Amino acid sequence: MSGYSSYEPKSGFEKWLDSRLPIVRLGYDTFIFPTPRNLNYWWTFGGILAVMLMSQIITGVILAMHYVPHVDMAYDSIQHINRDVNFGWLLQPMHAVGASMMFLAVYIHMFRGIYYGSYKAPREVLWIVGMAIYLLMMATGFMGYVLPWGQMSFWGATVITNLFSAIPFVGDAITSWLWGGFAVGDPTLNRFFSLHFLLPFLILGLVILHVWALHVPGNNNPTGISVKDVEKDTLSFHPYYTVKDAFAIVVFLMVFAAFVFFMPDALGHPDNFIRANPLVTPAEIVPEWYYLPFYAMLRAIPDKLGGVITMFGAIALLFVLPWLDTSKVRSMRYRPLAKLFFLIFVLACIGLGWCGANSPMAMVFVTGTDAATGEPTGFSFLWLARILTLYYYAFFLLILPILGLVEKPKPRPQSIEQSVLGKGEA
Amino acid sequence: MNIRKTTLRAIIGAGLMALSVNAFASEGAELKHKHFSFEGLFGTYDKAAGQRGFQVFKEVCSGCHSMTLVPIRALGEEGGPFYDEKHPNPIDNPVIKAIAKDFTITDGPNSDGDMFERPGKPSDYFPAPFANEQAARASNGGALPPDFSLLVRAREHGPQYIYSLLTSFEDEAPEGVELRDGMNYNPVFAGGQIGMPPPLFEGSVEYSDGTPATVEQMASDVVTFMAWAADPKMEVRKRTGWMVMIYLFIFALLMYGSYKAVWRDVEH
Repeated sequence: MSGYSSYEPKSGFEKWLDSRLPIVRLGYDTFIFPTPRNLNYWWTFGGILAVMLMSQIITGVILAMHYVPHVDMAYDSIQHINRDVNFGWLLQPMHAVGASMMFLAVYIHMFRGIYYGSYKAPREVLWIVGMAIYLLMMATGFMGYVLPWGQMSFWGATVITNLFSAIPFVGDAITSWLWGGFAVGDPTLNRFFSLHFLLPFLILGLVILHVWALHVPGNNNPTGISVKDVEKDTLSFHPYYTVKDAFAIVVFLMVFAAFVFFMPDALGHPDNFIRANPLVTPAEIVPEWYYLPFYAMLRAIPDKLGGVITMFGAIALLFVLPWLDTSKVRSMRYRPLAKLFFLIFVLACIGLGWCGANSPMAMVFVTGTDAATGEPTGFSFLWLARILTLYYYAFFLLILPILGLVEKPKPRPQSIEQSVLGKGEA
Repeated sequence: MNIRKTTLRAIIGAGLMALSVNAFASEGAELKHKHFSFEGLFGTYDKAAGQRGFQVFKEVCSGCHSMTLVPIRALGEEGGPFYDEKHPNPIDNPVIKAIAKDFTITDGPNSDGDMFERPGKPSDYFPAPFANEQAARASNGGALPPDFSLLVRAREHGPQYIYSLLTSFEDEAPEGVELRDGMNYNPVFAGGQIGMPPPLFEGSVEYSDGTPATVEQMASDVVTFMAWAADPKMEVRKRTGWMVMIYLFIFALLMYGSYKAVWRDVEH
């Protein structure tokens, strides 16, 4: 989109238009763009996310034509969509499962960015825009989950909005302002619907900035070595990566379709098939799977405000990651210690998700029985969550800053071309 | 590279974990492993079971349980237990018309401003047995009989859960369990004490197709019917799903071939 341009207007009209609004150039340069020749399949998730975002927007706009944002009618209108609207039985699960698929893809995309150091100079702004997209996705997903107005919708909304009441002095005022009343109710549902419609278009705008910020420094690559010779190190994005991305997108769509058509309820919670009832609290309130790691952090801290700070801090850390990692070597392929700590980090995130799905009081493993109460004793999810939260923070605040200074990286190839031709590993 | 495989495994593990999250929640006794016609990738609703299940619903369950989100016509729509190819529009289906006529619907107001009662039409929704939640509770010792429209999907392992619940009532609570007044003992229900008395007894209904009406048979039939009510588009969804999967598979092969062709002279 910016910088490199190989577009040459051919017809008279194109020349005329190019000097007035270079929109053809914009489209051309987006796809005819030098891209490192060694990108692996982990790099296909950007394209996958673009497709999923469009799928979400298209299904969402159609669903919005039939959905009724009112506490007395929202739950029934979702059933009306599934039972009576033409192809509603397809659109509604596509949208609900699509949200999960988007988060699956974005998590892989983010882990890839961390492993290959894609956030390091000169790509800090690219990374930060990406984190802003992720943050907006979390907000959009949360508000979307409230709209069906089932039990988990209502109680999830109650728990999450209540977090803001932990803010000293003004917390309660902020919470009532968010609710539009003194509890989650009709005004809350209405504004969530409005914002749930708005935010995806802000995400789309940020995605355009994300691609723009990508096109200034160009793609990172698995070696982390900058492009030295455009001729030797790169290929045109089209057709080389359009076709590779297309293959990956179709494979991803098969996973998506498997959920939509054969197990549409697998990623949701059965309680959301019960109409929201402010008088009945579910046995356990569990958010969607993609929030579980943060939910575990929230519950790991005994103090409410502390828990909220820990949870939001975990996301804030990602924003400043480019300045926490002191290593000059981008790719962890050449950083044996960082690679190990990264692997533990991935497992810690998954483990936190596991903790979030279980009651903090439940046992990971049981060692015995409490003589007085008869309750099982052992290692609880609360303590597992605490240890993993500690590791999550340590990874960003201790390991990455220190490792960059003490770790001796393995030798790196001279260029991308050399790594491809296999001469460069020495 | 080793780490790639490990990371991939970790991601798959996360996916599986998300799937199994729900498995931890239920508390009651272990569920019976009953297999239903509609389970699995190719499963469809057993029509005869669905029709018998509707009979159980109508003659037994609907005395207390509503099913407000399901219109009577849905019984005759594609995938429904009374679907007839000769009458793709259920409004023309004589079976559906006859079923509808058996219900009494309160309609109105008429031109005099009064509510009136009339026989049901296929476009009507199943009428609820109680006017409101309070009336339902008052008639059921304080317990609220849940609506059937989505009940199978609103419980962990819904079909097995409801089948097990219906077939696990015990006359006497085991020793040490103090039954509260008006409660019945059922080990499948969380806490063991349920407001609903055992609803099914041998011969509670008389099946017109001659199937012996054992408790297990009726439970299995009504679960099939409830599963259909909760997910009436399942058959068309799975059918479409197979077409989509085959299409995507061929598409993926073509894309992989194109990828190999475009990259054939490029070392990478």
